Amino acid sequence: MSAGRSRLECLLEQGHFAVTGEVGPPQGAGAEGIRHHTALLKGVTDGQNLTDNQTAIVRLSSIAAAVHVLAAGGEPIIQMTCRDRNRIAMQSDLLGAYSLGARNLLCLTGDHQSFGNHATARNVFDLDSVQLVKMARELADPGIFQNGDPIAAEHRPRFFVGAAENPFAEPFAFRVRRLAKKVAAGARFIQTQAIFDLPRFARWMEMVRDAGLDRNTYILGGICPAKSFGALRHMSTVPGMVVPEALLARMKGVERKKQAEEGVKIAVEAVQELRRIPGVAGVHIMAIMWEEMVPRIVEEAGLLPRPL
Amino acid sequence: MIVCERKPLPAILENLAGRRRAVVAGCSECVTVCHAGGEKEVALLRDLLLLARPDLEVDTIVLTRQCDGEFLEALDALAGEADCLISMACGVGAQFLAERYPCTWVFPAVDTRFGGGARRPGVWEERCGFCGDCVLHLTGGICPIIRCSKSLLNGPCGGSQQGKCEIDEAIECAWQKIHDRLEALGRLDLLDVVLPAKDWSRARDGGPRKLVREDVAL
Ligand code: SF4
Ligand code: SF4
Repeated sequence: MSAGRSRLECLLEQGHFAVTGEVGPPQGAGAEGIRHHTALLKGVTDGQNLTDNQTAIVRLSSIAAAVHVLAAGGEPIIQMTCRDRNRIAMQSDLLGAYSLGARNLLCLTGDHQSFGNHATARNVFDLDSVQLVKMARELADPGIFQNGDPIAAEHRPRFFVGAAENPFAEPFAFRVRRLAKKVAAGARFIQTQAIFDLPRFARWMEMVRDAGLDRNTYILGGICPAKSFGALRHMSTVPGMVVPEALLARMKGVERKKQAEEGVKIAVEAVQELRRIPGVAGVHIMAIMWEEMVPRIVEEAGLLPRPL
Repeated sequence: MIVCERKPLPAILENLAGRRRAVVAGCSECVTVCHAGGEKEVALLRDLLLLARPDLEVDTIVLTRQCDGEFLEALDALAGEADCLISMACGVGAQFLAERYPCTWVFPAVDTRFGGGARRPGVWEERCGFCGDCVLHLTGGICPIIRCSKSLLNGPCGGSQQGKCEIDEAIECAWQKIHDRLEALGRLDLLDVVLPAKDWSRARDGGPRKLVREDVAL
């Protein structure tokens, strides 16, 4: 069990271009899939996100999944949303997760429960993601709970705390201000929404650099490889996702059998393009249900071997 | 106002099984304005009940204010004759009736939907979630607690698109509106402040709320 600091944090501090991946916990109590996906991802990525009941569908907990990832030799990044827990449960879970060896935390607002399989549930949103970032940071420094009570110095959870940002959501002009807010709250790394519209992302990065934010946080650009035209079209309908018409047309123009191959090509090109944008510190590859393709994408993008 | 909506007739009739004499009690405040439990709706419900249950005896009354103890006396005589009271006021009114008549069944005939107002005839929208600690001065007069689907104080979330909320295209994103309004007012700087975790103890989370004001007490 890793007793020290986050490995991901160390790599980023050393100036490596980081690669993170994603493992979706199962809708059941089995851990085989998590172990299998960790085995696939651990040599080619520097951290593995564990989604937290993504799209409000009940799944094995991200913290429990992180323990399986650790046991399989991975570097878990716990995702935590504000939808299902109040500040009491969140702090408690963060203490627990840290005690189990988790070192990376991604703070999210969370999809609304109306998207998921328990649409009649009550939501919580006691905190929002900005407040969650702040709370998680304050547990370590100055070492206090949300109410101000101190935590013994030797038992403070010192997570490498990050947040998500969607450069494609609106209001566009406000997205950088909101990022600044997350950074001010203490977000040390940012994983972005899947990027398909590279020019728009580049424009956003320019604003990020103008605000000096790339110097205060590590920005990992989101990559979401699409298996087929249908998958890509579906992504274009997800709230907050932007897929340019030209890309849809490119995929549509490819013979069905070869679309997966084209999806890999698009992803590799995007990774390479992102590497050229100043201020981008790494990529976050979200290939849920297509994890086996991640090693190839990372390799073809010229990002192997990963630093140890 | 408190916006209410009448329950479907079968649900009301279900509550009347085995009852013989009812009073339909409306209110001349919010439910009159939102056409859920004023004079017209009370008379209509009486007619509908009698059609479905010709054996029933139904009296009607519209109280000045069902959520105010001093106006309930007007109902005493009718209530004494009935074996159940059907309230067409909001949930507050129905409870005030239940408190006043401890031995009489009280049913709600409306669902109390939200605190809102009429945008135009026939369309009501929610505006306030009664959080007990109003932040409208920080958000350009647009409530983030009830109009943002996630009650975000440091919004918008990543799902905001073309001014719409991620949960439904028919819902405007409150944070887009807050942004646009503060921009128009030249106060976007307000959005740079990280608003701290809210004190929910003044909302329902703090338990049932009570307000005592010595200055207006008798
Ligand atoms: S901030 Fe609270 S009191 Fe003010 S409008 Fe919103 S819910 Fe109502
Ligand atoms: S889209 Fe806008 S209104 Fe809807 S949850 Fe997100 S910030 Fe709130």
